[in-house]
Amino acid sequence: MQQRTATISVLVENEAGVLARVIGLFAGRGYNIESLTVAPVEDDRHKSRINVVTSGTDMVIEQIKAQLDRLVPVHRLADLTLEGPHLARELAMIKVISTGNERAEALRMAEAFRARVIDATPESFVFELTGATDKLDAFIELMRPLGLAEVSRTGVAAIARGKRTL
Amino acid sequence: MSQTDQQSGAEVLLRALRDQGVEVIFGYPGGAVLPIYDALFQQNSIRHILVRHEQAAVHAAEGYARSTGKVGVVLVTSGPGATNAVTGLVDALMDSIPVVCLTGQVPTHLIGNDAFQEADTTGITRPATKHNYLVKNPEDLARVVHEAFYVARSGRPGPVVIDLPKDVVIGKAPYTGPENGGHRSYRPLTEPDPARIAEAIALLRGAKRPVIYTGGGVINAGPDAAAALADFVHTTGMPCTSTLMGLGAFPASDPQFLGMLGMHGTYESNLVMHGCDVMLNVGARFDDRVTGRLNAFSQGSRKIHADIDPSSINKNVAVDVPIVGDAGAVLRALLAAWRESAIPQDREALAKWWRQIDAWRRVDSLKFTQPTAAGSVIKPQHAVRRLYELTQESGRETFITTEVGQHQMWAAQHFKFERPNRWMTSGGLGTMGYGLPAAMGVQIAHPDALVIDVAGEASILMNIQEMGTLAQYRLPVKVFILNNQYMGMVRQWQELLHGGRYSESYSDALPDFVKLADAFHAVGLRATKVDDLDRVIREMIATDRPVIADIAVDQKENCFPMIPSGAAHNEMILGPEHQDRTASITDEGLMLV
Repeated sequence: MQQRTATISVLVENEAGVLARVIGLFAGRGYNIESLTVAPVEDDRHKSRINVVTSGTDMVIEQIKAQLDRLVPVHRLADLTLEGPHLARELAMIKVISTGNERAEALRMAEAFRARVIDATPESFVFELTGATDKLDAFIELMRPLGLAEVSRTGVAAIARGKRTL
Repeated sequence: MSQTDQQSGAEVLLRALRDQGVEVIFGYPGGAVLPIYDALFQQNSIRHILVRHEQAAVHAAEGYARSTGKVGVVLVTSGPGATNAVTGLVDALMDSIPVVCLTGQVPTHLIGNDAFQEADTTGITRPATKHNYLVKNPEDLARVVHEAFYVARSGRPGPVVIDLPKDVVIGKAPYTGPENGGHRSYRPLTEPDPARIAEAIALLRGAKRPVIYTGGGVINAGPDAAAALADFVHTTGMPCTSTLMGLGAFPASDPQFLGMLGMHGTYESNLVMHGCDVMLNVGARFDDRVTGRLNAFSQGSRKIHADIDPSSINKNVAVDVPIVGDAGAVLRALLAAWRESAIPQDREALAKWWRQIDAWRRVDSLKFTQPTAAGSVIKPQHAVRRLYELTQESGRETFITTEVGQHQMWAAQHFKFERPNRWMTSGGLGTMGYGLPAAMGVQIAHPDALVIDVAGEASILMNIQEMGTLAQYRLPVKVFILNNQYMGMVRQWQELLHGGRYSESYSDALPDFVKLADAFHAVGLRATKVDDLDRVIREMIATDRPVIADIAVDQKENCFPMIPSGAAHNEMILGPEHQDRTASITDEGLMLV
């Protein structure tokens, strides 16, 4: 059975315990969570959007969607991967500690990747980089020999292209 | 609403329950729920049944719900009250039984402080319920109660917990009535998609070897759904089988009924499932007890699956036509579409299929031989058959509950249910100790009916304390124990799969059930040989008090037919009455339960 990755966006009632319900569902039924983001998106109407990147066979991903959809506080969900072109972005803050040539090389690479320097000391940088997951992965790999010290990533936020909405 | 109009949270709670049509609550008091018990004391419209253990309160509410179609209501205290209820909640979740369970909680300012009798009830019950609530503000109380009832009974029914901190039920709270607008986010589909119905009818019209496989969803959809099922089965002329949970949705005496399917289902049911070319599943969920080995399950069939829960579809078995909807609505839509369809039905192929089915039926897979000589040991199947026949003879409306194990399967095989809501059993979770409290709940709802818990001597001890509840409320529940002194199903598997090593399955030091009945102000009866049986059953039925009938049955009897775990439907083991062919048990099969 072919595994695939799915980016699923879920619009939920912004109530206590809703994230625990979603995470508990994944844990209890043995589904993967590769990335998860959650934040209120319609504050006045008390709704939050959860973006979850998961993987499995088509049958498992269909199950994940059906199981999510039957949670009482879930309004709507969309399988962005399946339903057409979509944008997926995450933000990373990457701390690099180095001096001399390594430090200069790190800065050059950051410029090439359009990463911003948001903090600097004589021996360290913190870069901020936004982009698709693979771009962040590539940049972090490049930083590894150049003094990579710490990474903090947000996980994926995703939205459909064009006029389609959740 | 002005402040002066406001009542205490406990009063608002009871008012909301009354507005939801609640007549009875099964519960057990404790510190955190004392204000609610105080409010209960000062009113007369809601009856409270004091159980002896919180697990039993939930099973009683399940029995009440399953036999009436209403939502069962439970009230327990915080901490151990709530944790004791968890088994019942999971049971109701697995079998889709609508229950609202009110749990006490420590005051909001103490939550998280490890206060006396504090437990994280919403955390613990999150995977044990369909949904749960912690009410932190008295203003939310009435709305949450109404919403909880809506969630419990809508879509695929299930248990809902409302956790009630003590300060919330003491404080003043405004009252709001039930809303009719439904729910903000939870709006399950009930009407099927006509395009799917058309696809299903095209498949069914073209079927040469069809089967209709029904489950508990038909019962949950109400008596109208069962009537629609009977109409559809009769109109199409197709064979019908049922899961354990669906028994009674279609009359057992109907010639088109094949009996129960699955692990201990009839030969004809399972071979029909194995050999069919089109399968219509209504309100069942392709449970592992039904399918046997998945990769050998009904490989040659196109499958139609109608379920109110989209997550039940394509979960275990990939289907060709998924239909999301209420079982009654689906069956009515199928019936209308079948009648309008111009596609010819292959009646000749169907007649041939029935000839094949009749040949399988002649195997008589439930056959057993009861020695009739005076003093012969009682076969458990015979005990259930006589129980069925003598309850029929009594003309009383009869409800059966069971515990879990061999006796449960024998009851499912040999007691014939003609109508829905008469059969209460723990199917999904398989909870020993379910039957006695469930019978209490049934008897509360149906005071004049004959309510019998078909039990095993091991299971009954798991909630035996409820004999006290029967005595207190004069509930004339009959406990019919098939006593083989073993955890019979465990013993059977040990005999068949574990080389006869009967590890810990012998019920040593059993109580004297006749004396035990006496101690609980009930009537104790005993049958030890076949010539006692009818007299004991008759006396049990005639006694207008709680009865324990201890029926000593053959210790070595096994429940057949049996599809061993990891085997396919056509690898069923038949009983000693038949030319026995032993299916090979694989290591993979041993891993399964």
